[in-house]
Amino acid sequence: MKILLVDDEEELVSALAERLGIRGIDAEWVISGEEALLRVKDGKFDLAVLDVKLPKLGGRKLKKILQEKCPDMKYIFMTGHGSEDDFQSISNEVGKEYYLFKPVDIDDLIKKIKEALHSH
Amino acid sequence: MNSDINIIGESGLQFFGKISASISHEINNVLAIINENAGLLDDFTIMADKGMPIDPKRLKNVASKILVQIRRADEIVRNMNTFSHTIDQIKADLDLRETVEFVVTLSHRFASMRGITIEIKPPENIVIISTAAFFLENLIWLCLDFAMNITGSAKTISILIEETGSGGRIRFAGLEGLTSELADTFPSDRETALLGMLKSELTVSAEEKELILYLPKLHNL
Repeated sequence: MKILLVDDEEELVSALAERLGIRGIDAEWVISGEEALLRVKDGKFDLAVLDVKLPKLGGRKLKKILQEKCPDMKYIFMTGHGSEDDFQSISNEVGKEYYLFKPVDIDDLIKKIKEALHSH
Repeated sequence: MNSDINIIGESGLQFFGKISASISHEINNVLAIINENAGLLDDFTIMADKGMPIDPKRLKNVASKILVQIRRADEIVRNMNTFSHTIDQIKADLDLRETVEFVVTLSHRFASMRGITIEIKPPENIVIISTAAFFLENLIWLCLDFAMNITGSAKTISILIEETGSGGRIRFAGLEGLTSELADTFPSDRETALLGMLKSELTVSAEEKELILYLPKLHNL
């Protein structure tokens, strides 16, 4: 499986990618929605983990664009404590089980990644 | 007057809530980074236990990243503390430059989310005004929030702090998207109530593409 991590906190996303790599999961990372759009051109990803509050191009908008480019890709959202509105709208879109709050436990994240990849 | 007090109270609570939520979000990001890097150190020790050699430079690198985040958290919490204590004194002598810089610091996440750069041009001399700090911060935030919506393609706001004969002024300049229609919508009731309370004035110029907030050196609340 190949995962794309998108979060503007570079120190977070690089460490997370390394930890996933140690566990045998091929994860690449970028720090903006614009970079994510460029990256999906080069490689096929099975799943994207998106920060909700990305600068400029937010996580939800990015997901919509990515969905058009890569219809088979699955999504998990990660957020620092967002608003109730964010929680409701994202839960409606991807299911509340795929809306994770930072800090995320890596074993929980991997479990969700596997669940998402096996969901239809 | 009662209605103005209600508006000022409501606006103040909204401002406090918005900034507090932003601060908690920032702290959470820092905790998430510390969590991943501490997890990475843990992963390294598990690998070492299994006999895999670990380069000490990698350990040092991760440890230094954690220390950087702890310093970042310390600064965020210090700002949060300063912000919370702003409400302690009804009236205080304020350095206008420091006050503007503080509101800009508190607004950093909002600007960053919108991809906006804020440049501050300080005054030639220190400008001290005696006023209600929390309500002035609220008013500056409301002006800044409005300005951030009308930066146009440049995505840059210049804030100029200047001394006037009667006090000081804050100019929010370079607002490319400020049309005469938008100029008619600002100040709204919230800003008007705060302007009245702080005995200050605001001009909105679509021609000059700027807002100017005039503040008296001293006023009685």
